[in-house]
Amino acid sequence: MISAFIHKFSSPKSFVRITKTLYPFLIFIGLSMLIVGWVWGLLFAPQDAVQGNSYRIIFLHVPAVIFAELIYFFMALCALMHLVWRVKLAAYLIKSAAPIGAMITFIGLFSGSVWGIPTWGTWWQWDARITSTLILFIMYLGILTLHGSFSNLEKSDRLMSILVVIGVVNIPIIKKSVDWWSTLHQPASISVSGGSSIDPSMLYPLLISIIGLGFTLISLGILSSRSYILGREKNKKWVSEYV
Amino acid sequence: MLQARKNRLWKFFIILFMSAGGILLILFSLNSKLDLFYSPSEMLKADIKPGYRIKLGGMVKSGSIKRDGTKIKFIATDFVKEVPVIFDGIPPDLFKEDSGVVVLGYFLDGMFEAEEIFAKHDENYMPPELSIEAAEI
Repeated sequence: MISAFIHKFSSPKSFVRITKTLYPFLIFIGLSMLIVGWVWGLLFAPQDAVQGNSYRIIFLHVPAVIFAELIYFFMALCALMHLVWRVKLAAYLIKSAAPIGAMITFIGLFSGSVWGIPTWGTWWQWDARITSTLILFIMYLGILTLHGSFSNLEKSDRLMSILVVIGVVNIPIIKKSVDWWSTLHQPASISVSGGSSIDPSMLYPLLISIIGLGFTLISLGILSSRSYILGREKNKKWVSEYV
Repeated sequence: MLQARKNRLWKFFIILFMSAGGILLILFSLNSKLDLFYSPSEMLKADIKPGYRIKLGGMVKSGSIKRDGTKIKFIATDFVKEVPVIFDGIPPDLFKEDSGVVVLGYFLDGMFEAEEIFAKHDENYMPPELSIEAAEI
């Protein structure tokens, strides 16, 4: 049952076709929500009682690091599909998601540093949260480097998937680092169970920015995976018919 | 499920558990070395060698900040033990009483001499009006 479902939706051909119709809607929702969230957050949300205006980096930083972790988690699910069900599409998706993950992790680290200078008085400390996020960034780069290291692409796909699985252990560590160890980074302000220690006047634009960045990144992922798939399968009959 | 696929699923979980197990062993053996700073109680208990550079973190005790030129004296507390800290320089804006602080420096003769000082921000975000109301309650 599961296998039938997986094989039906995992052909690169149907992926390229379905995402072509989905892409305009996703990028429209993503960018418009991102604009609403950022304009609201940067211009209309009130100042913070303690930090003044510098807290507004939250509207970039928090969405960025949330997706830095979620993209890796998505890649780990793809690695499961590739290693167990030998789904080729899953490997293609890992390969195209990794640069986006690396980019958004870098944005998360960089925006955190920019916020750290006025708030903490330092742009970098080797605390558990910051260090584990740096490891995530290096994992993304390592995954890409490993994939580029073999001339046999099937072998590259498999080894890359194994590396993704090894690295997924880091994701819960990043999440729990602020609870397990003493860190300079503050504990989470929003919990999955619905609690929040952010005032609603700042929380709503933040949530809109998070959803907006999510859709934007999915759209970017569609762009990058479509071009990768067409390039990778360029000798297949369906590609020459499609293009 | 196909036998070959079942085997691959097992291999997947073996990779996952080996990786998790290995990393957990590393984390458990590093244990408190992964902490960024000592709390005042931990520092006093740990018996740190004089002249050994460490980080101390805690809350700035209310009413304890005393300024003399660029010199700042305050008490770092974890509400169990207290450590007096002396610092010469400009602290970050968020350094204030009843707020988190991390200092880097030396513990000598019952006094912590800070070379660098960092402010710790908590997880609360609210507009100034609400913050004044909260303080009045």
